[in-house]
Amino acid sequence: MSTNDTAAPILSARGLHHSFGQTEALRGIDLDVHAGEVLAVMGPSGSGKSTLLHCLAGVLVPDGGSVTYRPAGRSAVETSALGEPERARLRLSDFGFVFQFGQLLPELTAADNVSIPLLLAGTRRPEALRRSRDLLERLGLDGLGAKLPGELSGGQAQRVAVARALVTSPAVLFADEPTGSLDSLASENVLTLMLELVREAGTTVVMITHDARTAAYADREVIVRDGAIGAGYRVSA
Amino acid sequence: MNNSLTLLGLLSRGPSYGYDLKHSYDRYFGAGKALAFGQVYSTLARMVRDELIRALGEETGGGPDRKKYEITVAGQDRVRAWLFTPDVPSESLQSELFAKTVIALLLDDDAERLLDVQRSEHMARMRELTRLKRDAGLLQVLMCDHGLFHIEADLRWIDLTGARLTQLKKELQSA
Repeated sequence: MSTNDTAAPILSARGLHHSFGQTEALRGIDLDVHAGEVLAVMGPSGSGKSTLLHCLAGVLVPDGGSVTYRPAGRSAVETSALGEPERARLRLSDFGFVFQFGQLLPELTAADNVSIPLLLAGTRRPEALRRSRDLLERLGLDGLGAKLPGELSGGQAQRVAVARALVTSPAVLFADEPTGSLDSLASENVLTLMLELVREAGTTVVMITHDARTAAYADREVIVRDGAIGAGYRVSA
Repeated sequence: MNNSLTLLGLLSRGPSYGYDLKHSYDRYFGAGKALAFGQVYSTLARMVRDELIRALGEETGGGPDRKKYEITVAGQDRVRAWLFTPDVPSESLQSELFAKTVIALLLDDDAERLLDVQRSEHMARMRELTRLKRDAGLLQVLMCDHGLFHIEADLRWIDLTGARLTQLKKELQSA
C-alpha cells in the first residue's frame, strides 16, 4: 500500500446524508480514502454502499454533508458543491469506473470500447487506439482488440471494461462489484490484473463488493450497514 | 490433517528413506510448519509395528535415516480406504464465536461489535493469504484457497448472525 498517512486524503466524505423518497440510504457517513489506497466497501444489499460510491464519485449530489476531492498538484475541490457539467468533466478527467456487467457498447470492438474515454477527452483516434491496444495487451487480451463484446468470454469482457476505466490513467478508480458476474477463477484473474495495474500506477481504488475474497485484495475494508459505517471500522486508514 | 496417513500415502509412490519422506512431506504440506524428524521416525516405527510398512534392511553405519521403508499390501489398503472415506463436514456445530455471541446477548452486551471485531480479524487473515498467493506456485495457491474459502464460510455465518441479532436476542431472553 502506498498510503501516506500524513498526507491529506484524496477523498473525504463528511456527514453524508442521502434519501430516495422516504428511504434514507445514507445516514451521516464520514470516510477518508488515501491516495494509492485500495479500499473495499462491503455490506449487505440495500445498505447504501452504491449510494456512497455514487456520492464519492460525483455521480450523485448528497442531500447533506460534503465530499472533497484533493487531486495531486491541484487545489482541493468540494465535488458535492459542483453542478452537473463540472462533475461530468471531473469524472471524465480524473475518475474511472467499472461496473458489475462491464456495460460495453455491443456494436463497438473491444479496442473501440476502450478508446471511448480518450476520444471524449480529445485524443486523436489513432493515438487512442494505440493506447487501448497497449492496455488490452497488459490485461492479457492481445489480439482480441478487433472482437465485439459478444464474441468475448465474461472474464475477457470484464478485462476490456477494466481497460476502458484505466485508459485515461485516472487518479481514482470506482468499481462496483467488478467481478460480481464472474466465476471464481475468472474473477481472480480480473482482480489480479486490475490491481497489478492500479498499484503500479498508484491509482486509488474504491471497490464495492459483497464478496470477502474480492475484498481481501484491498488494503482495508469498511462495512456499510443501514446507511452508516459499521462500528469498529475506521473512517481513515 | 492426519500426518501418519499422509506419510503412508507418500510412501505408496515407492520405497523411501525416512529422511526423503520428511522432505517430501515438507515440500507438499509443510508450508509454515515443517514436520520434525522425531515425529517422522516415531510414526514410521508405529506403522512398522502395525504392519502397514516394512523396513528393507539397514545400510551400514546408519542411524534411523539409513533405513529404507516400503508400504505393505495392508498399508496400500489403508491408504485407499482413507482416500475415499469422506471427512465429517464441520465436526463441531458450536464454535467459540457462537458461544461468545450467545453470552454477549445474554449479558445484554454489544454482540454486533464482537462480530465486527471477528470479521476484521478474518479479513486481515484473508488479505494475508491473498498476498501469499501473488507469487506462489499452484500448490501453495491451492492451499491458500482452501484457507480462504473456509474463512469466507465463517464470514457468511457472521453476516447472517449479524442480521439476526435482534431476533436472536428476543428468543434468548424469552427462553
